[in-house]
Amino acid sequence: MRAYARAEAPREACGIIIGSAPAASGGVPLRWIPTTNVLASSTLYEIDSAQLLRISIDADDAGEFIWGIVHSHVASPAVPSITDTSVAGYPDALYLLVSLSPSQTAPGGEPGIRAWWIVDRSATEVRLHLQR
Amino acid sequence: MSISVRIPPVLRTQTGGAKLVSVDGASLGAVLTALTAAHPDLREQIFEADGTLRRWVNVYVDGADVRHLAGLETPTQDGIEVVILPAMAGGAPSLFRLR
Repeated sequence: MRAYARAEAPREACGIIIGSAPAASGGVPLRWIPTTNVLASSTLYEIDSAQLLRISIDADDAGEFIWGIVHSHVASPAVPSITDTSVAGYPDALYLLVSLSPSQTAPGGEPGIRAWWIVDRSATEVRLHLQR
Repeated sequence: MSISVRIPPVLRTQTGGAKLVSVDGASLGAVLTALTAAHPDLREQIFEADGTLRRWVNVYVDGADVRHLAGLETPTQDGIEVVILPAMAGGAPSLFRLR
């Protein structure tokens, strides 16, 4: 996710994490799928609708779920913006934000990653335990 | 005319758990109106207050994004499948705000 965010900069990067159940239901994340930001913007993202359809249907047919929705902020903290909270439509998935801002680096100098529930336009942070 | 609408897991609480909902309608607008009449909790996910298609919902007719077809005017025929998915979108703090 971090490598993809770096590779896509200065555009915002985005992608989907498929899980055994939605994150809010205690699902286990299974795989990360990078996707195309059709807005190709440094401040906005939208996952390509054709990719979203294929990924969603494939997961549903396999009994898997949208576990997480990932995007990067290239110059601001890994905190959901008003845009993020107003558009968010998956209250049972984790929204993971990767920040490329130098002020947001994790220990070791990697881009910071923070996770949020976004429900009814309100964001609540979730503590992440990242494993390599 | 019976059109099958596939509901994603994230919206199934609004359809009583149903994955597929069959409704009648000769256009996408008629199909979605019938769907939201049967399942009113879906309405704000699909329509703006003025009845236009919400910007942040993706609707597909036989796999094609209706934004690239005729939107709510897209004709529908027996046997097609409609899929509804909340968009995945957003962005960084900016002077430009999405609706």
